[in-house]
Amino acid sequence: MAIKILYFAGLREALGTSNESLDLPAGVATVGELRAYLAARGGKWAEQLAPARNVRMAVVQLMVPAHAPVKDGDEVAFFPPVTGG
Amino acid sequence: MPVRVQAEDFDLTREVAQLRAAQGARAAQIGGIATFIGTVRDVNDGSGVSSLTLEHYPGMTERALEDIVAQARSRWDIFDALVIHRVGTLHPQDQIVLVVILGMHRGEAFGACEFLMDYLKTQAPFWKKEATPQGERWVEARSSDDEAAARWDADAPGNAGKGDQ
Repeated sequence: MAIKILYFAGLREALGTSNESLDLPAGVATVGELRAYLAARGGKWAEQLAPARNVRMAVVQLMVPAHAPVKDGDEVAFFPPVTGG
Repeated sequence: MPVRVQAEDFDLTREVAQLRAAQGARAAQIGGIATFIGTVRDVNDGSGVSSLTLEHYPGMTERALEDIVAQARSRWDIFDALVIHRVGTLHPQDQIVLVVILGMHRGEAFGACEFLMDYLKTQAPFWKKEATPQGERWVEARSSDDEAAARWDADAPGNAGKGDQ
């Protein structure tokens, strides 16, 4: 089983993709670890997902902190701070 | 339906009438109705804005708004709440968001309405992109919005017993 990753708004544009499917990589148990795994792709990934960047994360459509667990089959999302209203 | 995300415009009078009618016999106990409408400004951060495009996260948006409404209902003694948020491309003076609160008294209605807007602005997954003479740009989140939402935290000064008012 794989996880589905979604990207929104400015992050979606900067990465050039809105979603991908990924087999949960070995050693990735939290959404923060997933972010670090994606950043290790280098280039725009490293730049956009760098620890200093203000990126928000959601697991199964709930905004969560970096230590929140990710498991097989989850829908995970990365996006900039929200600006609705 | 307490929460709607839609491209179409909304009509305040009609929405309030429908929400009141949905209360049935309880509608006669309503003593205060607070409403808020957010609209598109033609200037932001020093630049003219000709249009605004709202992106959202379908599914999570509705869940986040429903959660915010549930929190408001648990903190204030209100009869019902409605949130409508538009998505897609909007223009200056267009309506973006509507919040309606039906309360027994104005205190609960005003409080819940402000809380809903503060939380919506920091928790609901919407993003605005502005078209300006210099090109398109994503709107930056404001720290003042985080501060506005933080004042409702249970441990914030002066917040004890807010739900009992």
